[in-house]
Amino acid sequence: MIWSRHNTSSPLRADATLARVTGSLAMAVAVLLGLVILLLIRESWGMLVDGGWVRFFDSEGWYPQRGQFDLLPMLWATLAASLGALLIALPLGMMSAVFSRFYAPGWMVSSLRRVMMLLAGIPSVVYGLWGLTVLVPLIAQWEPPGASLLAAILILALMVLPTVALTSEAALAAVSPASLQGAAALGLSRKGIVLGVALPEARAGIMTGALLAALRALGETMAVLMVAGNVVQTPGSVFDSVRVLTANIALEMPYAIGDHRAALFATGLMLMLIVTLLSWLAGRREELAHV
Amino acid sequence: MFKQPARYSDVMLTLLVWLATLLVVGLFAWLVGDLILHGYSKLNLAFLLDVPQNAGREGGIAPILVSTLLILAVALLATLPLGLATAVYLSEYTNGALANGIRMSLNILAGVPSIVFGLFGNALFCIWLGMGFSIWSGGLTLACMMLPLFISTTESGLSAVTNEWRHGAAALGLSHTAALWQVLLPAASPAITAGLMLSIGRALAETAALIFTSGYVDRMPTSLSDSGRALSVHIYDLSMNVTGGDASAYGSALVLIITLMVISGIAVGLTNRFLSQRITLS
Repeated sequence: MIWSRHNTSSPLRADATLARVTGSLAMAVAVLLGLVILLLIRESWGMLVDGGWVRFFDSEGWYPQRGQFDLLPMLWATLAASLGALLIALPLGMMSAVFSRFYAPGWMVSSLRRVMMLLAGIPSVVYGLWGLTVLVPLIAQWEPPGASLLAAILILALMVLPTVALTSEAALAAVSPASLQGAAALGLSRKGIVLGVALPEARAGIMTGALLAALRALGETMAVLMVAGNVVQTPGSVFDSVRVLTANIALEMPYAIGDHRAALFATGLMLMLIVTLLSWLAGRREELAHV
Repeated sequence: MFKQPARYSDVMLTLLVWLATLLVVGLFAWLVGDLILHGYSKLNLAFLLDVPQNAGREGGIAPILVSTLLILAVALLATLPLGLATAVYLSEYTNGALANGIRMSLNILAGVPSIVFGLFGNALFCIWLGMGFSIWSGGLTLACMMLPLFISTTESGLSAVTNEWRHGAAALGLSHTAALWQVLLPAASPAITAGLMLSIGRALAETAALIFTSGYVDRMPTSLSDSGRALSVHIYDLSMNVTGGDASAYGSALVLIITLMVISGIAVGLTNRFLSQRITLS
């Protein structure tokens, strides 16, 4: 905008070229999303047309060799694991954010944030390794087989905890000092200020963080694959072995052909739809929060 | 600000908040402690320089390290130009509906599960473009995953450069291109570096997108068309498919985490030096 009038000494051709080059590269990036969706649809087409998709919901279990493609047990397992993880991570993450904003002695705040960053940076496969060798044997002592929905929930909770904590902390930091000081001037206790003023005002930001955490939990593959036991069944209790949608793709993709392969791509498409819906919601929330 | 006589419910909340934080930090210490405890014995030069033997139970991880770095190099080679160009285009040349459209599609891409990128990469690179299970396929798939993150951090860095810098450059008669190279990109370098760091971290941590794009083969790759096993895939394979592979898995996990830290450190140092040189020379 500042360069809208050409200035005589500038090598204009270079500017025009730069605009064209960056523009076309940006277009290439912009079509990437479309390409992902198109390829997923193309590869799963065989299972989607002619009412084929009904097979995902009314089959007798998941037996790809016999043409039975029931995704529901794995869908329930995915939802149960993600929801359980959120139920644990949300209060814990919020409380640790409240801690670093309102309770922590000064020197602890930055080291706590560093711990969260490190936790966020640990690869999912390392969480899986730890879960498999430490958490699963512990659960097995309590209630065999150990590799279970509970293990998946706990590992996922640990993985999304930094997301919740860091976004909640940012949301709490954005609460206007005026309202905090006003509350303090009114004689509210620290508890009153945290529960009555800070958290309600930071609600939108915390909810966005929770949505991001849900995105991460739903899409997680390796950590869940390594600790959940991978038996295809609708979870009856938290000690049951379960297989989530993402793990199913990773486990069967190497040898899947024909309809089986198409079914796995359709699973990917389904995950993509869920995730797109959630990120659209998160984006909307953010817009609303800014208005 | 908080001088108040302590009441029962107040003390309870204080206690609860402290306990929650202690629990989080305790879990973290447990996890990192276990990693160091189980992986420490493997952490020596021989482990880094040997080839894996007996399916990885013994020997080292040399070919796996080479494959990992090659995959990362391919990914960065694709991400850097595409990402920088897109970020520059978004922040300097366009606004309104088009830019918002690109941003929205990038936002959605950022949330797409890595396993879906794996499916996409398998269908596009391995089969359609005929690259097969190869370092090319794995690296390009990773690039697709890294782009949204890299672009959004770079763009926010460029947008954060105040207009005074642009005015100043224009007043000095710099072309837009020159201003971009000499002023705007150097000024945005901390954000670009941060984006690069985050992208590398994401790429090295990735497993699900690589299993069926770059594959499982644990031999030393001789070209970029060879299949190569990334470090994260190696950890997965050792812990799930190889009984008695836990020690090597922990060793590899420790190497992966240390590599993550070192590479991000190097990236910061190099980018800062490169870009600060430009700004002093100009």
